[in-house]
Amino acid sequence: MKEFLLNILQNETLVYTLMAIIPLIWVIPFALFAVWWERKISAHMQDRLGPMRTGWHGSVQTIADILKLILKEDIVPTAADSTLFKLAPYIVFGGAYAAYAVIPFSAAFTGSEINIGLFYFISISSVVVVGLLMAGWASNNKFSLYGALRSAAQIVSYEIPVALALLTVVMVAGTFDLQAINHAQSGMFWHWFVFQKFPFLFFALIIYFTASLAEVNRTPFDIPEAESELVGGYHTEYSGMRFALLFLSEYSNMFAVSAIATTLFFGGWNSPFGDVLGGPWWGAFWFLTKGMTFIFVQMWLRWTLPRLRVDQLMYVGWKVLIPFSFVLIVGVGVWMLAVR
Amino acid sequence: METFDIIFYLFALITVGSACIVVFSKNIVYAAFSLLFTFFGVAGLYVLLQADFLAVTQVLVYVGGILTLLLFGVMLTNKVISVDMKTGTLHAVPAMILAAVVFGSLAGLFYATWSGVTAPASSIISTARPIGEMLMTGYALPFEVASVILLVAMIGAAFMARRPKKL
Repeated sequence: MKEFLLNILQNETLVYTLMAIIPLIWVIPFALFAVWWERKISAHMQDRLGPMRTGWHGSVQTIADILKLILKEDIVPTAADSTLFKLAPYIVFGGAYAAYAVIPFSAAFTGSEINIGLFYFISISSVVVVGLLMAGWASNNKFSLYGALRSAAQIVSYEIPVALALLTVVMVAGTFDLQAINHAQSGMFWHWFVFQKFPFLFFALIIYFTASLAEVNRTPFDIPEAESELVGGYHTEYSGMRFALLFLSEYSNMFAVSAIATTLFFGGWNSPFGDVLGGPWWGAFWFLTKGMTFIFVQMWLRWTLPRLRVDQLMYVGWKVLIPFSFVLIVGVGVWMLAVR
Repeated sequence: METFDIIFYLFALITVGSACIVVFSKNIVYAAFSLLFTFFGVAGLYVLLQADFLAVTQVLVYVGGILTLLLFGVMLTNKVISVDMKTGTLHAVPAMILAAVVFGSLAGLFYATWSGVTAPASSIISTARPIGEMLMTGYALPFEVASVILLVAMIGAAFMARRPKKL
């Protein structure tokens, strides 16, 4: 992809700018339609119809919503710290979008081919935490501040099981490079890491997926924005485009963690049938399909499980997920030493 | 000026500019938040030095861990207890002497060992594997000692944070 663009455009700066923008072509339509899917899925799970008026089965409802958000007045509360209040959504979205630099959409396209892609992904999510704290603090509202503090405490705790569960895959693949991890899973679908070293990597997937739900503040771990207790959490005071930006980063985060689950455990852009239906374009198709499956599971869980309490959340993180992920690491290590 | 130089000066500007805000801002929350840009800028400089693993570790440890904890501390004291925390100037003369001594020795060291700019190598070499191997072989003892110290600190903090048992 990079070489191809370089051949056409003959300008390095322009090519790198384009490479940085390409994931946005997926992220923005995804976020727009994911809101609609979320509403439709929740409706059908509760035996309702959901949005039906705008377009076919309400399919352009979110486009109408985003138009409304663009036209809305951008309100900054008088008592808020206006500099930080205005800056925070950009930092949150910057952190969320930075993760897309290493996500391999296809064999031919990764934003940046660094060989520590996975490690970068784990660390860059912490920038989002600082943005959330900034949004919550600057709003000068107790609900926002509580939401931000809860969110930060949750993300910091759940970063550890995420990193440990992903480490098992790194041990098996022997690299942090996400493209190399994809190549290691090529072939028929039983070569995918979720079926390797059974059942260790399967449980690593479960731990990773559970902890990643907490990292992106999804139910059952959505206490940072629990509507019934905190109004809207850290985005209570936001309106108009700034609110839309916070929402966009939340949805792009959802897809980012699904993309990592896809890449590490389900073969990324590999076709399930070996070389049949392979190639870069089919690769992008498989990658996005698998990613969207995880998005569906996230939405499904949201309308299935009740919300956890703060202390239950900490219990699950520190006393269940972390010890079990250590067991998985030791298990995979022993297996790799025994079967060499 | 090449692209490399432009990016270097950009990151240097981010680092030094935000560090100045950290030092000179009267508002302690602003100081804490501008640390984000300082850490980020330093990570960018590491990337330019081709220390990719170090750069990512910098973001993970300083932004993800230290800065978040710092912000927690600042926010819990500043807003929840509603005390205005401001930084002021105290002991100006001793501070200036100390700063001058530190700056002088650093500058002296820099000019004594400075040997001009070397062009960056054209291909990026992976640093993750050599660092891992060194931590498991030659530097295993310091690595383990550091982890034991951290464990002791954690146990100590948990012990102090506990409510005293009622007798």
